[in-house]
Amino acid sequence: MSRVLARAVVLLVFVAACSNGSNTSSNQSFSGTTIRVVTFTGPQIAEPLQRRAPDFEKATGAKVQIITVPFSDLYQKLLTDFATKTNSYDATVFDPQWMGDYVPPGYLEDLTDRVKNDSALQWNDIAPFFRDFSATFKGKVYTIPLDGDFQMVYYRKDLLQKDGLQPPATWDDYISIAQHFQGKDLNGDGKPDYGSCLAMKRSAQSYWAWISIAAAYLQSQGTKQGAFFNTDNMQPLTNNPAAAAALTVYKTLSKIGPPEQLNQDVGDSRGLFVTGRCALSLDWGDIGPLAVDKTQSTVQDKVGAIILPGSKKVLDRSSNQLVDCNATLCPYATNGVNHSPFAAFGGWSGAINKAASAKVKDAAFAFLSYMSQPAQSSVDVTIGKTGFNPYRTSHFNNMGPWTASGMSETAANDYLGAIKSSLQSPNMVLDLRIPQTAFYQQTALDTALAQFLAGEISLTQCMTQITNQWNSKTEEIGRASQLDAYRSSLSITK
Amino acid sequence: MHASARAVSAAASWWRPMASRLDRVAGGVFILPAVVVILAFSIFPLLSSLYVSLSRLGFAQGGVELKFVGFDNYAKLLFGIDRPHFLGVTGPLTPIGIAVLLAIYGLFALLLYRYARGPNRTIGGLVGRVLATAIAGTLVWLIVNTVLTSGRPGTLVVTLVYVAVDVSVQYLLGLGLALLVVQHLPGRRFFRVVFLLPMMITPVGVAYLFRMIVDTSKGPLYPLWAHFGLTDISWVTNPWGARLAVMVGDVWQWTPFIFIVLLAAIETLPHELVEAAVVDGANRWQVFWRITFPQILPATITVVLIRIIEGFKIVDLPNVLTNGGPGTATESLTLHAYTIWRALDIGGSAAVAYMLLIVVTFVGISYVNLFRPRAATAA
Repeated sequence: MSRVLARAVVLLVFVAACSNGSNTSSNQSFSGTTIRVVTFTGPQIAEPLQRRAPDFEKATGAKVQIITVPFSDLYQKLLTDFATKTNSYDATVFDPQWMGDYVPPGYLEDLTDRVKNDSALQWNDIAPFFRDFSATFKGKVYTIPLDGDFQMVYYRKDLLQKDGLQPPATWDDYISIAQHFQGKDLNGDGKPDYGSCLAMKRSAQSYWAWISIAAAYLQSQGTKQGAFFNTDNMQPLTNNPAAAAALTVYKTLSKIGPPEQLNQDVGDSRGLFVTGRCALSLDWGDIGPLAVDKTQSTVQDKVGAIILPGSKKVLDRSSNQLVDCNATLCPYATNGVNHSPFAAFGGWSGAINKAASAKVKDAAFAFLSYMSQPAQSSVDVTIGKTGFNPYRTSHFNNMGPWTASGMSETAANDYLGAIKSSLQSPNMVLDLRIPQTAFYQQTALDTALAQFLAGEISLTQCMTQITNQWNSKTEEIGRASQLDAYRSSLSITK
Repeated sequence: MHASARAVSAAASWWRPMASRLDRVAGGVFILPAVVVILAFSIFPLLSSLYVSLSRLGFAQGGVELKFVGFDNYAKLLFGIDRPHFLGVTGPLTPIGIAVLLAIYGLFALLLYRYARGPNRTIGGLVGRVLATAIAGTLVWLIVNTVLTSGRPGTLVVTLVYVAVDVSVQYLLGLGLALLVVQHLPGRRFFRVVFLLPMMITPVGVAYLFRMIVDTSKGPLYPLWAHFGLTDISWVTNPWGARLAVMVGDVWQWTPFIFIVLLAAIETLPHELVEAAVVDGANRWQVFWRITFPQILPATITVVLIRIIEGFKIVDLPNVLTNGGPGTATESLTLHAYTIWRALDIGGSAAVAYMLLIVVTFVGISYVNLFRPRAATAA
């Protein structure tokens, strides 16, 4: 019954939004227009776009064609399409990290004015971090956020309570809790289970997990401090005691988990967590809705979520040493622990090809705006298979869609609380967003981490390898221009 | 009558040179479409990718620019920052490594000596063989120094190991199955079809199949692993375990190809020879080694060459099974090129692809030169 009510509310809001004088308001105004939107092979992300495209067509007359390609090919497919002027895509729902490659050559449409003039989009309802950092490049808006991505730690509330343990505040706590539960039966099937389940497979999502750990040691003075490079000289922050501490934690965790952990991606770790086989996991917001999905979860109402664990020691950049937190070094610390929530990936966002025709651009903007408007997005973020996580203030305040999705009020509060505390942190780590980010992270960092976990290289070799590879790429592209791009991504203006 | 005969003869005198000219150019005209197709789809991409391998891709306002960087991309692979990834890391030689090196180098020296003393030697042949031996010797040195030591193999050596092990095992199994199926055993028609099935499955499907099979904690073979208490051991997180998983998958998929070719070759052999040998008192091994094997040698050489070339291009299995991991343990040359290409380092990717082309061409030509005379003698 509550579901029916929620749907009725959503429908009403949608009708109200359509009559609000936005771009989507005029009926059939885009009749005869086709928008080709490319994103990655779902079901996540593509599913809500495909599901809502017919409704949008009914409302505006614009036909939306969703084209999907594998995630690993999306970056180069888009870039090749733009660069060769093939222009077979009018819009894309993509990783905003790639803006560093797409914006400077002028491939993406500047959406600043459109966003300003679209009241139905309710731009100011979008959390400031996503508006000001994720969607913006050098002061101009290029994307419409459709997803709020940052990593959190999930834990089995029932197990921790039973054993009188507190959720992990630091990475050392995380390790000791994981060790406590490793090898115990956690779901009552008589088989030994795992203390922690992480994605550690190569060419998957593992490097984000490592950055989530490293962030606590590397960045303590707010988003603009940056966690990847020194913002004065573009020297990588990958060869210092902080990076070493994070690598040590990462390697320790590789041994407290499933035997296949080195060959598991987030799909595997999520599957294991929601079937009750892990006490802890590190993931984006996806586990929250998946844990209440009755078709696959055995841990409904047993899952807690918290901001990423932190560290009591952080990198003092002047001495290049790990030192204890103090008021100067860690102004945002809680109980002496520096937390650096990591906006890994940055959240799937919509952008428009600058080369598309004016009418198609209008229609594409209307579609992206429609997807982001609270009427649609507040429902989509509560559905696990959409892959969309909350990113608007209204997503946190309006509990209706969450309870309608099957989440108990306590679970919803817990889940949204973790997201909120990450989102409100002034020390959020912005993901790397400079030209050839894909090389820095997906190729150089990912390979070195995989080699380190597999024992191919030592800790020192791992740090040296990442640093050399990053420096070599920076020199190749130009240190000054990369530094400028990095500083721009962090909105450093001086 | 005379007039018409003259007219015919005049026409003939005009037509004959025309016809012979047409005959002369006919060959060219018929071959032209094929030449154009080869130029457009083979030679042009080959040359343009050679240029790409000597350049670096950048993104400029409204398009791309290719900056010529000479041999930078190759230098990076052979001497620079990507050397450990491409060639591997060498370690101090062990006594086993030294013994293997000496044995293989001794064999090379013996082959060279025999050729130099043989009746068919030519200066060109000798120079070619010395050059080939030097390259092969270097590759063997690299394999021994990275595999039989505390070092680790790079993608080049991993690919060479895949090719050597996969093709040898596939050949032995394929030959064994072919010999088995030609026997008058019950159900041989059924097994003839069953043995072919793996080849029909898409390689990505095979990779997913093996990914499930090797998963000791929840795969379809879980009860088996659990019975032997192996559920806590993952063989895809161990470098050689993961390589073994890739090789088992490749062997499973491609043995049928060798099986079907050798089966066809064996079935066309004349029975009289075998019968005559049996009458003369030859045993089964003698019949196989002296009669069957020499006669299927041409088919053997062709099918092994095809598998060697295909084997070098292995990518689906390591990509799906382990994404090249753990570390870079299962990464083949093609996967190496693909990984770089994904980050749009097209120049670096083309350089890896060209190194692969050079190695495949070298191995292919050496193989053909080594075995073709034997096949000719056997035939």
